[in-house]
Amino acid sequence: MKLLTCPINGTRPLSEFIFGGEYREAPNQDSCTDAEWAAYVHNRSGAPGDKKEWWYHSPSGTWFIAERNTLTDKVSRTYLLGPNNTANIDINPVQEASK
Amino acid sequence: MILRTPKRAGEWVDRNKKINFTFEGEAFPAYEGDTISSALWAAGQKVLGRSFKYHRPRGVLSLANHDVNVLVTDGIDTNIRADVVEVKDGMVLTAVNTSGGVKKDKNSYIDSISPLLPVGFYYKAFHTPRRFFPFWENVIRKAAGLGVVNFNYPRILKRKQHSHCDLLVVGAGPTGLTAAYVAAQAGLEVTIVDENSQAGGSLSYNRGGVHSNLTELNDLLSKVASQPNITMHTSTYAAGYYPDHLIPIVSASGITKVRAKTVIVASGAFEQPPVFRYNDLPGVMLGSAAQRLIYRYGVKPFNNGVVVTANDYGYRVAFDLLEAGTKVVALVDLRAGVNGGICAKDLMRRGVKIYAGHCVYEALASSDKSSVRGAVICAYDDKENVALTDNKLTLECDGIAMSAGWAPAGALLYQAGTGMQFDYEVQQFVPSRLPDGIFAAGKVNGIFELDQRIKDGTRAANEALRYLGLQAPQNNIEKHVGISPSHPYPMVPHDKGKNFVDFDEDIQIKDFVNAAKEGFDNIELMKRFTTVGMGPSQGKHSNMNAIRILAKIRELPVEKIGTTTSRPFFHPTPIGHLGGRGFHSHRLTSLHDWHQTNGAVFTDIGAWKRAAYYPATGQTKEEAIQAEAMVVRKSAGIIDGSSFGKIEIHGPDGAEFLERFFTGTYKTQKVGGCRYVMLLDESGVVVDDGIASRLADDLFYLSIGTSNAAAVYREMQRSQQMWQLNLGLVNVTGALGAINIAGPSAREILATLTDLDLSYESFPISSVRESQVAGVEVRLIRVAFVSDMGYELHAPMVQVPHIWNALMEAGQKHGLRPFGSDTQRLLRLEMGNHMPGVDTDGLTNPFEIGADWAIEMSKSYFIGQRSLTILAKRSLRKRLVPFVLAQNFKGEMPMDCNLVVDGRDILGRVTSISYSKFIDRCIGFAYVTPDKNEVGSEFQIRTDNGSLVTATVVKTPFLKNQKGA
Repeated sequence: MKLLTCPINGTRPLSEFIFGGEYREAPNQDSCTDAEWAAYVHNRSGAPGDKKEWWYHSPSGTWFIAERNTLTDKVSRTYLLGPNNTANIDINPVQEASK
Repeated sequence: MILRTPKRAGEWVDRNKKINFTFEGEAFPAYEGDTISSALWAAGQKVLGRSFKYHRPRGVLSLANHDVNVLVTDGIDTNIRADVVEVKDGMVLTAVNTSGGVKKDKNSYIDSISPLLPVGFYYKAFHTPRRFFPFWENVIRKAAGLGVVNFNYPRILKRKQHSHCDLLVVGAGPTGLTAAYVAAQAGLEVTIVDENSQAGGSLSYNRGGVHSNLTELNDLLSKVASQPNITMHTSTYAAGYYPDHLIPIVSASGITKVRAKTVIVASGAFEQPPVFRYNDLPGVMLGSAAQRLIYRYGVKPFNNGVVVTANDYGYRVAFDLLEAGTKVVALVDLRAGVNGGICAKDLMRRGVKIYAGHCVYEALASSDKSSVRGAVICAYDDKENVALTDNKLTLECDGIAMSAGWAPAGALLYQAGTGMQFDYEVQQFVPSRLPDGIFAAGKVNGIFELDQRIKDGTRAANEALRYLGLQAPQNNIEKHVGISPSHPYPMVPHDKGKNFVDFDEDIQIKDFVNAAKEGFDNIELMKRFTTVGMGPSQGKHSNMNAIRILAKIRELPVEKIGTTTSRPFFHPTPIGHLGGRGFHSHRLTSLHDWHQTNGAVFTDIGAWKRAAYYPATGQTKEEAIQAEAMVVRKSAGIIDGSSFGKIEIHGPDGAEFLERFFTGTYKTQKVGGCRYVMLLDESGVVVDDGIASRLADDLFYLSIGTSNAAAVYREMQRSQQMWQLNLGLVNVTGALGAINIAGPSAREILATLTDLDLSYESFPISSVRESQVAGVEVRLIRVAFVSDMGYELHAPMVQVPHIWNALMEAGQKHGLRPFGSDTQRLLRLEMGNHMPGVDTDGLTNPFEIGADWAIEMSKSYFIGQRSLTILAKRSLRKRLVPFVLAQNFKGEMPMDCNLVVDGRDILGRVTSISYSKFIDRCIGFAYVTPDKNEVGSEFQIRTDNGSLVTATVVKTPFLKNQKGA
């Protein structure tokens, strides 16, 4: 089972997390066309590569962003979303593990 | 024990402990520590099993857990691997896959008709005529599979354990032991696993007639034993690789999931059989199997043996055979012009004739085909890989030891995503790109010389230490020098075939040629057509030769052929090891015991156990539900609503949050008022609904349905993470319980327990009050979900039974009774209330359920708003309508999800339907085309049996207004 690092609670097994889909910026709903909005709502890019994803640490109720390469399944970093939460955590499982 | 040798140091059998067992009805002696195969072989039993397809007699091949033709059963376990499972006193064993016993298997005739049964024949043979297929299916089913499943197998719960370590070493041979020792000395917590019952790997059997290996092994073992931070598991195999270094290790007693920070794979190599005619006869075995027999079990493999080899290991095997007292008739070396060096001279001095550039053309079977009586050898063209049969020579012998090469035991490496490349220096696939934190060492890494393997173990340990951020020396990577340990193409073609590549599935060289001719010339396709590597040993002794044969057929280098996919498990793992205890967590309300005592039937809603209805003795479900509903309509009922989702929104931005999250307006909501909330997703689909009660300017109390509550709360948290409003969300679903008392007498009953003014004027529908009920602080919400007259009482979960009991007592003279969630479904239907998830699905927008009134489009934003502006421009495609069936309808009752049809066209479907005893009518909701939206419109529902039932659109509520509202 994979391990994932919650920015608040540290490295935990994947069974404690719920995937929340790809993180995508919504277009401005007042100025975008119907087609642009429909594309945002319904279309997803399945191409493998680096993705920003929503993940939820279920026991603590923490939503955060994980940057994951969907081809290699490697998570490069996780962090809380939002202007007040810019402190990013670079994941280094080794250092995490040897603490 | 006719082949038992004198006792020798280092052997695994305990000569002081004699035991007895039965095989195929015959009594056999054994020593403790013997495997089933070693004990039988020691007693002179040569035929240990029958092959899968042709039912050919088979004996010892590897003694390394891939002798899958020797599967036995004790009547309890289906397929016991005799080559590795220790024999126990009193065991009663029979071979599987025989008809009438291993010696006189009636199915052995199949061998004689084998030319009629080439690979793939059954794909083609049994299609036509179709009416015969059931007959053939029966025949094939009987022939397929090994062993007979024991349907009375006892349920044995095996433990599941978790363990953590700094370093997991797979394989306790010289490489693995060295790596573990070096890492442990640097302070790591090390776990080392080996599938054999004792550590040592090849050091425990590959001696070449000298005993320095044993000394070396004992030195290594005592060094390892001196390190308290090494945990050794023997008789335990690493079953697979899962992400982030999770490796389940499996022993007879169960499975342990090991999470390692780093992994060293020192799993060694499987010896590979050279391929020649009759290489499967009992008595023809791998050189390493002969060595295992000698040094682990004290058994002489045969009396007069021939060694066929293509590497230096064969020479070591010859010395070991001599050591065991076997007369080595000849050593046949496929390689021409190889000077065996001192070894060869020494062997010749001891009377062993060496035939370089020769091959075993075929083994000769004894008259009963159950053993070897000789070997035909001839010159071998090592370039063209053909036997030169002009000068054949027959050697008398009763056994042949084969050493032609190795294949890496790389399953875990492959599963971890290791890039492998073919190294021509060792004629083997070796790791070229290892995943982070995984290291390979020893034979699996293409390193074969003992001193080099020990250095490679040290190197891997140091790399693991550096990976963990510790100081460790940088070692040079060992490189194999000299002659390759594996022959590039150890195959001897023979006109009459029966030169086996895969012993599991009886696949011969010609089968590959035929498969390629049929067009299956890609390794994955060839695997499936020939079934090579698909037997129980999963290609451990056959995949490499299959790749070589295909490479030759296609005239490509081996690395262009590639390998098949390696999947867990490494060895078959009993299902009992994998099956766990049933673990489904349920949430129980504080009234659960009360419901149970009062005969409730429970239903699962989300994670909760809810009382569905309370049948009286002899009452059916339907009768119970109608009886409960009738009491609610005529007097009053109470239901435990403690499982409702309950969320508090604290803070000045609460109303702003609700306006963004839900479709309605909340900034104008008065304290003490309640408003409907409807949640959409971004595409405008209805997700859930509920009630928001404003308890204070900065406190909203949200109650939502049971099943979706966790997901809705989760989405609220996500939205707050994005919006960063000034508020806090508190999920009080488990902290607060709820009771709904509903029906015309509800107010009267409740009034006896509270000082609160319950009159319509001071406590109207859709308002909330905080007051004491039965002495407990309660949030009272005036609802009209199941009845015009109803109160929800929200109180701390532990206090709920107290309130419940007080209500029951107070309501006694009114006939107050409990009702369950199934009855609630009927009651809300009678009221004309639809439920998200029941009357809506993943495509339903609010316009389709007539919920336009709940949407405030003038707000600047809410979830789904932009999509609704698009949907609003389009014409409706379907509409949810309330309907009734004819008065006194007596036909087949339509059910939820039955289709609304017009001839062959589907117009919609029924979402809820029920008979209501109170109204005495069948009522329901259905999606229809918008043209049938008008009251009085008729449409047809097709029942399960195909009959058509006419329904008429009506207005809600189905009930006339009740008095007291």
